[in-house]
Amino acid sequence: MKTSTAAVRDFVVGVFVLASLLAVAYLSASLGGLSYKGAGGFELVAIFDDIGGLSQRSPVKISGVKVGQVKAIQLDEDLRARVALDLDPSLELPIDSSASIRTAGLLGDQFVSLEPGAEDQLLGPGETFTYTESALSLDKLVGRLVHGDAFGDD
Amino acid sequence: MTDTPIHRLGRFGSSWIVGLGRIANFAGGIVLAIVRPPWRVQRVVRAVYDAGVLSVALICGAGFAVGMVLGLQGYTTLVRFGAQESLGAVVGLVLIRELGPVVTGLLVIGRAGSATTAEIGAMVSTQQLDGLRMMSIDPMHFVVMPKALALAFVMPLLSSLFIVFGVFGGYVVGVELVGLDGGSYMASLENAVGFRDDVLQSLVKSAVFGALLGVIATYRGFTSPGNAMGVSRSTTSAVVTTSVWLLLADYVITAFWGV
Repeated sequence: MKTSTAAVRDFVVGVFVLASLLAVAYLSASLGGLSYKGAGGFELVAIFDDIGGLSQRSPVKISGVKVGQVKAIQLDEDLRARVALDLDPSLELPIDSSASIRTAGLLGDQFVSLEPGAEDQLLGPGETFTYTESALSLDKLVGRLVHGDAFGDD
Repeated sequence: MTDTPIHRLGRFGSSWIVGLGRIANFAGGIVLAIVRPPWRVQRVVRAVYDAGVLSVALICGAGFAVGMVLGLQGYTTLVRFGAQESLGAVVGLVLIRELGPVVTGLLVIGRAGSATTAEIGAMVSTQQLDGLRMMSIDPMHFVVMPKALALAFVMPLLSSLFIVFGVFGGYVVGVELVGLDGGSYMASLENAVGFRDDVLQSLVKSAVFGALLGVIATYRGFTSPGNAMGVSRSTTSAVVTTSVWLLLADYVITAFWGV
């Protein structure tokens, strides 16, 4: 029997399923961010008074370069925001590094910006940033200006 | 006096509920047929070929065209707010969350669903199903189950192809035609799309649509009266019913997903 039509059909169906699964994988991994690209796994914690519009999967950047993402946001026992950052394990951050929440452009998305410090000792996995700077909110700023204590200390 | 409008409404209501019960019963029968050996692998592969492989060209072409339109419409709207850099996010989210599953669903209903109903309906009218029963082959197991299973199985796959081609179509318009930066198109797309909220929602939607189509299309064929008029009515009814249920289900899933 020459190559039966059933065999040809099996092959074509196989190609179809494979191509479609590739499309699913592309959507999930590359677009959906369900990937280990940029190898996370190094977790650090930063505690902020106000995280503004920061959310899970917001990017973490150093000098504008993405080095990780926000893994979880919780309230700690002092009712402050405890933000867990999932970072590239090859990062070497001194213990006096600081974390601040910035906005991309005037109205853009918020992200965590890390500022490396100068000490020789490095932050280990799971440790907490000593210096943090909360989100700068435009409405608070305007409020202060209107009430005339723009340079007051809150 | 048993033909007042109230009586008619009552009859209509109870026959509708009875119909729902029959479809649910039929769906249960399909599930039973799936888990009961022998597994009709060759029948399923053949049905996947008919419903899936033969729809690929249509789905890819339609996806590409829809993506191009989204790119153009999105661009002319976004450029007014100076936000044309977010074009990738707009095209991607619209395709993944809504247009991918819904348009693919409607196209597959028209292409494969109608064919399924018509084929089973013709088998009923030429008494082929009775022939199978005489050889003590259960037509639910031999005819209905492979077709329903194939429709449910190919829907998420075709929808993913549609989305990928749509994103590519948006890229062609946004980057090659209008002159946006390719990097920022892909970056805004990748930043905006999340797995659980968007991709998983899309896959669940198309899987539900596929299951709906599989059950309704085969049910309408299986219960079609054995004549030419009956087959044509069943086919129309399968297409219309499934389309309406698909759009309703789309709203319900979106609402319960909570985003």
